[in-house]
Amino acid sequence: MIDGDPAKKAALKVLGVRKSYGPVVAVAGIDLVVDEGEFFTLLGPSGSGKTTLLRLIAGFERPDAGRIELGGRDVTSVPPYLRDTNTVFQDYALFPHMSVAENIAYGLRVKHVSRQEREKRVQRALEMVRLTNLGGRRPNQLSGGQRQRVALARAVVNEPEVLLLDEPLGALDLKLRQEMQIELKQIQKEVGITFVYVTHDQEEALTMSDRVAVMANGQIEQVGSPVEVYERPATEFVAGFIGISNVLVRDGVRFVVRPEKIRMLSEGEPAPPGMVVESGEVEEVIYVGMSTRYVVRLERGEHLVAVRQNMDALGDAERFEGRPVRLAWTADHTFVLDKRR
Amino acid sequence: MSETLTRFALRAWVALVLLFLFIPIVVIFLYAFNSSKIEAWPIEGFSMRWINVTLSDAEVVSAIRLSVEVALVTTLLALILGSCAAFAIHRTTFFGRDAINFLLVLPLALPGIITGVALHAFFDYSGILLSVATIVVGHTTFCIVVVYNNVLARLRRTQGSLIEAAMDLGANGFQTFKDITLPLLSTAIIAGAMLAFALSFDEIIVTTFTAGAQNTLPIWIFAQIRNGQRLPEVNVVVSLVILVTIIPVLIAARLTGGGGASRVPAAK
Ligand SMILES: Nc1ncnc2c1ncn2[C@@H]1O[C@H](COP(=O)(O)OP(=O)(O)O)[C@@H](O)[C@H]1O
Ligand SMILES: [Mg+2]
Repeated sequence: MIDGDPAKKAALKVLGVRKSYGPVVAVAGIDLVVDEGEFFTLLGPSGSGKTTLLRLIAGFERPDAGRIELGGRDVTSVPPYLRDTNTVFQDYALFPHMSVAENIAYGLRVKHVSRQEREKRVQRALEMVRLTNLGGRRPNQLSGGQRQRVALARAVVNEPEVLLLDEPLGALDLKLRQEMQIELKQIQKEVGITFVYVTHDQEEALTMSDRVAVMANGQIEQVGSPVEVYERPATEFVAGFIGISNVLVRDGVRFVVRPEKIRMLSEGEPAPPGMVVESGEVEEVIYVGMSTRYVVRLERGEHLVAVRQNMDALGDAERFEGRPVRLAWTADHTFVLDKRR
Repeated sequence: MSETLTRFALRAWVALVLLFLFIPIVVIFLYAFNSSKIEAWPIEGFSMRWINVTLSDAEVVSAIRLSVEVALVTTLLALILGSCAAFAIHRTTFFGRDAINFLLVLPLALPGIITGVALHAFFDYSGILLSVATIVVGHTTFCIVVVYNNVLARLRRTQGSLIEAAMDLGANGFQTFKDITLPLLSTAIIAGAMLAFALSFDEIIVTTFTAGAQNTLPIWIFAQIRNGQRLPEVNVVVSLVILVTIIPVLIAARLTGGGGASRVPAAK
């Protein structure tokens, strides 16, 4: 699934791209195809090379090897100001000496778009990010969330082939971040621009993306839809990075059981037909609001995490702590890890 | 109880120190409007007499003109060299970068007499006649620093991603410089220029060693005081020098938000 959908046009192709800083290999040979209009996310832990890949696409860095194509055109050696990409920077990088409207208009101004056209498009962009009345303000008179929207409007107004976003919601608090996730996704659908979105937050990646590329150590571990990378992780790294992963080895096969797929059987409850049952002891009960996590030590020594929605009474937790318990899951819900790694 | 006492004593001490520093300046201003020839206290009466006399003194007028000329040319040179140096030090890393940074800042720390004697010896040895040009060179050595420090401090405080953001939006190198870099630096550059002007305008030690027959304003003042001549005129001229140097410094402080207009090396 490195390739995009063959029926669609590719907005961006990254072919065998590498980049090192001295002895540090930041991007270790990456191939990617992003379709037109797609919301594509690079997901990985800090230091996995996401920012470097994004900067290579934007043109701020030159690859040591490989090729980058935008809309079918080779842009590997094209400087950033001639590339049809725009970036939403993590620190927003708004020009402090310009008003919000001037910030948004800047890209159009340097491309000599007529004043009339410029004003029209800036107005539309301000409406899109719901800042219609703030065009005259300076960036330092805005809240963090508002600055974030200005940064987005300033990039989107140019209607680039590909919009690059480097952890754009990273500086916002949780509530605002969740609101912006929904809004960002809506805006993307509305304008139909291809988004390449960088984040280390797996939940963000799963909620917003059409496809996700999971990165580690400058390489791509897996590319796929959110459902694919979650339900069928290709490597142990992916399984561990996205969600809580329970990796077990039975009969020489390594496989993953997701916590929410595990049923905890009450005492004396008969094992449902067709389910694998293993017994152990509840070691820890962690209350996390909507649900409760149970860390269970299996008889064979491994630990498994099971999750239950908090539908039951609060006394539930104490009922289990330190008690023997039987866990059940269907073989269909487990996923065998790629034997290559 | 003793705490309030300490605080009171501290305030009184601060007030005394400030008075000690500023009373002489105020007195000079008052004397400039003195109607009498003798500097006696209390002042007999106020008049414009000495101001008129001073401004029609050809010697004073030519000294003022020379000082302004030197300060303007010095400021221009300091602006060009100081900003270029700040950019080079900020943008690039090269062998000897720290050494150059040190050499640029050194003339501020160095006593003026050393700069003066060194320059004098150099000009003498190379057969360069002392003139307005040599004064300008002398002043430029230490005026570069104030521009350099202000611009460098601003560069360091400016987000690096702003330049990338401009290029990302389609601006080439020249447009980025014109629309982003220069406007962001402008107040720092103006503040540096103001300080350089003020520094050059009241400079005497280096001037003494690099001037030939020319009299800048501070040198003229010094000569009059030594000879005990034309003291009422000296009061007027000193008042003028204070105004010309304080106003740019105040503007510079405002432009850089108080702390930024530093004569001392910018913190790394
Ligand atoms: N300009 C640079 N100079 C030296 N090393 C760098 C530079 N940029 C990134 N790196 C290194 O490259 C690796 C990948 O970094 P980065 O792309 O920023 O990762 P991420 O965005 O996923 O956190 C890291 O080890 C980082 O230290
Ligand atoms: Mg990063």
